[in-house]
Amino acid sequence: MQLTVNGHTVDVPIHVTTIGLLLDHLQLNKELAIVELNRVILQKDERDEATIQPDDYIEIVQFVGGG
Amino acid sequence: MTRYSRQERFIPIGEQGQAKLATKHVLIVGAGALGAPTADLLARAGIGKISIIDRDFVDLSNLQRQTLYTERDVVKRLPKASAAKQRLLAVNADVQVAAYDQEATVHFLEQLLTTETIDLIFDGTDNFDTRFIINDIAHKHQVPWIYGACVGASSLSLFIEPNQTPCLHCIMGGLPTSGPTCDTVGILASASQITAAMQVAEALKYLTDNKEAMRGTVFSLDVWQNTFSSMDVASLKKDDCPTCGTSPSYPFLQQDATTRFASLCGRDTVQIRPTYTTRDLTTLANKLTDASITHHNEFLLTFKVTGYTLTAFRDGRVFVHGTADVTEAKKIYYQYFA
Repeated sequence: MQLTVNGHTVDVPIHVTTIGLLLDHLQLNKELAIVELNRVILQKDERDEATIQPDDYIEIVQFVGGG
Repeated sequence: MTRYSRQERFIPIGEQGQAKLATKHVLIVGAGALGAPTADLLARAGIGKISIIDRDFVDLSNLQRQTLYTERDVVKRLPKASAAKQRLLAVNADVQVAAYDQEATVHFLEQLLTTETIDLIFDGTDNFDTRFIINDIAHKHQVPWIYGACVGASSLSLFIEPNQTPCLHCIMGGLPTSGPTCDTVGILASASQITAAMQVAEALKYLTDNKEAMRGTVFSLDVWQNTFSSMDVASLKKDDCPTCGTSPSYPFLQQDATTRFASLCGRDTVQIRPTYTTRDLTTLANKLTDASITHHNEFLLTFKVTGYTLTAFRDGRVFVHGTADVTEAKKIYYQYFA
């Protein structure tokens, strides 16, 4: 399935059907990620279950703790 | 030409904005990779007063990015806040600077925000624990704050204003348990400098009443991957948030007052913070008959014992260098500070 993630076209395996699985696939830290799906920001408690479709536009921001 | 002529020529600030800046007082929590350049920019910009707090002393590994400090500060083992004050006053003697060489505890921040008027708080910390304390205390005292963080080549900043924006607790849902730090993946000075610059730019807009120019988004970028993002998180504000909701409980201010032990990530050092105490360093030096004292200045005393180096601060804290293990550090600490 083809998605746009942070402006880049990304091909993900067929089993990646939710935002939670996408974050796992991209090896991102779920505690630190804020996700926008098709320009709508996802509430954290429903984020991981949100389903994704081909050609979805996804923006992911990773919070950073250092300084 | 006046000192601030170039900044005053910038129309949104002008002479009026410059005059406003001179009346403002900011608190910078942490005087490291973010706090040091932030303080430098604000002093040069002509802010009225800077209060700056840091628990550490200047280390050689800081000089790569912590732009206020010099090799002389490392040799003299100066605490960062005091070293920052010296430099800031050399940069701009018109700015008032208050330096606090201690940890930004709940107790300390409560005292400061109760006794002084602070217009804005800058996050110059390197950990989420302190950021969640800042988030709670800022909302309790209704003071805006600017989140800033950087690691590797990436940067993130966000302006948080009580009653206006979602707070850190709303956005993150709670204190994260893990995440990369500059000790594990390193840090580029360009990433920390750009973070401080973004924080200060938003601060100047806020402090000179140019709120319409404020970004209002989580701004993140990576100077190595050449990516950036500006995300509007306004819809994440929650009415039942324990920090900024309708019935706040400020959970991160409910800390106990017992002696605390904390391993300082990547420093091979454990910090021990006894309950509110102070330490007479000369008395301590006189008692240390079997130890070799390597540094003694008005702020701290460092001495070597078998296998370890200990640094005692005036505010009572002690660093045990040479171990990241809290149990091991406790044993050594109680040998000398029973």
